[in-house]
Amino acid sequence: MNGAQYIVKFLENKGVDVVFGYPGGAVIPFYDVLGRSSLRHILTRHEQGAVHAADGYARATGKPGVCIATSGPGATNLVTGIANAYLDSVPLLAITGQVGLDSIGRDAFQEADIMGITMPVTKHSYLVKDMKHLPPVLEEAWNVATTGRKGPVLIDIPKDIFMGSVDLTKAYPGITTRKGNHKNGLENQLPKIMACLTEAKKPLILAGGGVIASQAWEQLLQLVRYTNLPVVTTFMGKGALPENHPACLGIVGMHGLPAANLALSECDVLLAIGTRFSDRVTGKPRNFIPHAQIIHVDIDPAELCKNIRTDIPVVCDGQKFLVHLLKALKEANICFQIEDWWSEIKNWQKKYPMKYEKCPNLKPQHVVEEVANQAGDKVIVVTDVGQHQWFTAQYYPVGGKRSFISSGGLGTMGFGLPAAIGASLGRPGEMVVLFTGDGSFQMNIQELATLAQLQLPVKIFILNNACLGMVRQWQELFFDRHYAHSLFNYNPDFVRLAEVYGIKALKITDPKEVTGVVAQALRTSGPVIVECMVESGENVFPMVPPGGRPNEMLGRWQDEAHISRIS
Amino acid sequence: MRHTLAVLVENHPGVLSRVAGLFARRGYNIESLVVGETEDKTVSRITLVVEGDEKVIEQVSKQLNKQVDVIKVNDITNEETVERQLLLLKVAADPPVRQEIMQIVEIFRCRIVDIGRRSLIIEATGDEEKIQAIIKSLQPFGIQELVRTGKVAMVRGQK
Repeated sequence: MNGAQYIVKFLENKGVDVVFGYPGGAVIPFYDVLGRSSLRHILTRHEQGAVHAADGYARATGKPGVCIATSGPGATNLVTGIANAYLDSVPLLAITGQVGLDSIGRDAFQEADIMGITMPVTKHSYLVKDMKHLPPVLEEAWNVATTGRKGPVLIDIPKDIFMGSVDLTKAYPGITTRKGNHKNGLENQLPKIMACLTEAKKPLILAGGGVIASQAWEQLLQLVRYTNLPVVTTFMGKGALPENHPACLGIVGMHGLPAANLALSECDVLLAIGTRFSDRVTGKPRNFIPHAQIIHVDIDPAELCKNIRTDIPVVCDGQKFLVHLLKALKEANICFQIEDWWSEIKNWQKKYPMKYEKCPNLKPQHVVEEVANQAGDKVIVVTDVGQHQWFTAQYYPVGGKRSFISSGGLGTMGFGLPAAIGASLGRPGEMVVLFTGDGSFQMNIQELATLAQLQLPVKIFILNNACLGMVRQWQELFFDRHYAHSLFNYNPDFVRLAEVYGIKALKITDPKEVTGVVAQALRTSGPVIVECMVESGENVFPMVPPGGRPNEMLGRWQDEAHISRIS
Repeated sequence: MRHTLAVLVENHPGVLSRVAGLFARRGYNIESLVVGETEDKTVSRITLVVEGDEKVIEQVSKQLNKQVDVIKVNDITNEETVERQLLLLKVAADPPVRQEIMQIVEIFRCRIVDIGRRSLIIEATGDEEKIQAIIKSLQPFGIQELVRTGKVAMVRGQK
């Protein structure tokens, strides 16, 4: 059995059904085997498309995404996607071809040190220089990607390793980690957590992406049912609790919902699960809810006390934590008397609802809201990066269980289309709704060919504001309206473009058309593109300016002086 | 404050680059770094001297621990340790001052490892204080070249 056959067999044994990639010189021996195997290979039109599609697949299924690229430019084209998966803790296996062993280090044709390049953006990266290392490296790489805090792993494989033969008579023992256990585990900290929660007058749960990564949505729901504790989520935690659930107050942070941000500012005990307290949530870490007790649960010890002070750090998987906490609360028969806290929250919700003007021009929020109305919470919602991403986060309540897919940490424009393709392949039979912008969409627009070929049920709404909306917004607010290079003076006609690719396309220019066209789009089978000519000057509000406190929100809420007075 | 970290790592290619890269991208300062094989050939030990407060050192340790190739991180700053650095120093030594230099070498229990017509190479081992003292004592004669390793350290007693 040669190296290529071994790798394919390995992937099959791990239950991989779809891989994404793009062939080239160094990986031809691998493709030769792959092309005859049971693995379904999706040929994207750019390596970046392959890695984002693998990422979208992983986010939608919880299984690691697998992508393949050739040496040199093929491998370097994966880098953005790998970094994207790294910052959002998405399990990913990137397999790259490398020039032959004898050529390494000689600046050979299409040679790049991809192991070195990806060192800071992977959980680990490997260069296989010996046939006998191939089996254990594959096994370890798979383990690293899928256990603990998940993340991308890269394996760089020289051409001759694909073609060399693997000695199957030898046993390749599994990897035994030599690392010890960490203190601050759940067992030590649970009594302290119970005491802290019991005394809380205004307790609040902050659910991050870790809740989704550990598939703890059911456990979170049970905890909320039992305790009636209010829940806010981070951007990555959107959908950790179904957003139509009354206990779910929505997203916090820079563009979070007013009531959620106010609850965060005012809580006295914050139970944060699976979040890394990004600067988009905390503003200046020193000013972040100084009066509250913070319980921080994360599977990665390095996240505890990294960005903010923590009163009770807990190293634990989100699901395991929620199971044990609920059990302990039930055994101790603890109920929360938090009616006053809830009435305060409900008052904020009533006083500061999300709102925008529907007329006279077409507003991006209007499109999002209408799609949400019609498509509901049974679809997978994917976004690109920019204003449309936040309009979607704010105005599309999602249903939970991996139903919201977006580039949170890295903020990668061009993520949306390939990620939607990957998500759709991971969850066949489900509808995928992609919200993108005219800027983001053009960053990986070549994947329209992939989509057209596969005829996947991806409904694309391009919120076309003829500018880089988020850049334009910051320039308006913080750079004296100097719109340097953020306005597109030229854009293609996206409807005609879609038609060239053989994809059905619709257009909305007037608010009156929204209901009908959205309905038509959702009725269409297979892919469809809806170009929505939205107001250019619309801003994402509320907005906590960079470094601000959660309750310092710009927007219409700013005038309501009450908000900024709370501290 | 200066901390000494003893880091056990898998003896794999690229480990040093990973550790050094981690420090660079997270903005930590390495004062010295020594790496070498241990009694177990599959394991190397990196002795790091890092400047930073408790919070920084805690993050450094945690980030190191996350590395796949890192087996164990020990902060031995507050432990009873034996510490050594190695110093090679070429000092100007014309005949009139040679005797005086040799006396200094004697006092510090260093060794002369090379004798040239107008210079001597001196080898010394010791902790930071001793190395500093030797350098200071020989400075007046004219130091022509100086090279030193970072610090290696070992916790005293049974472990």
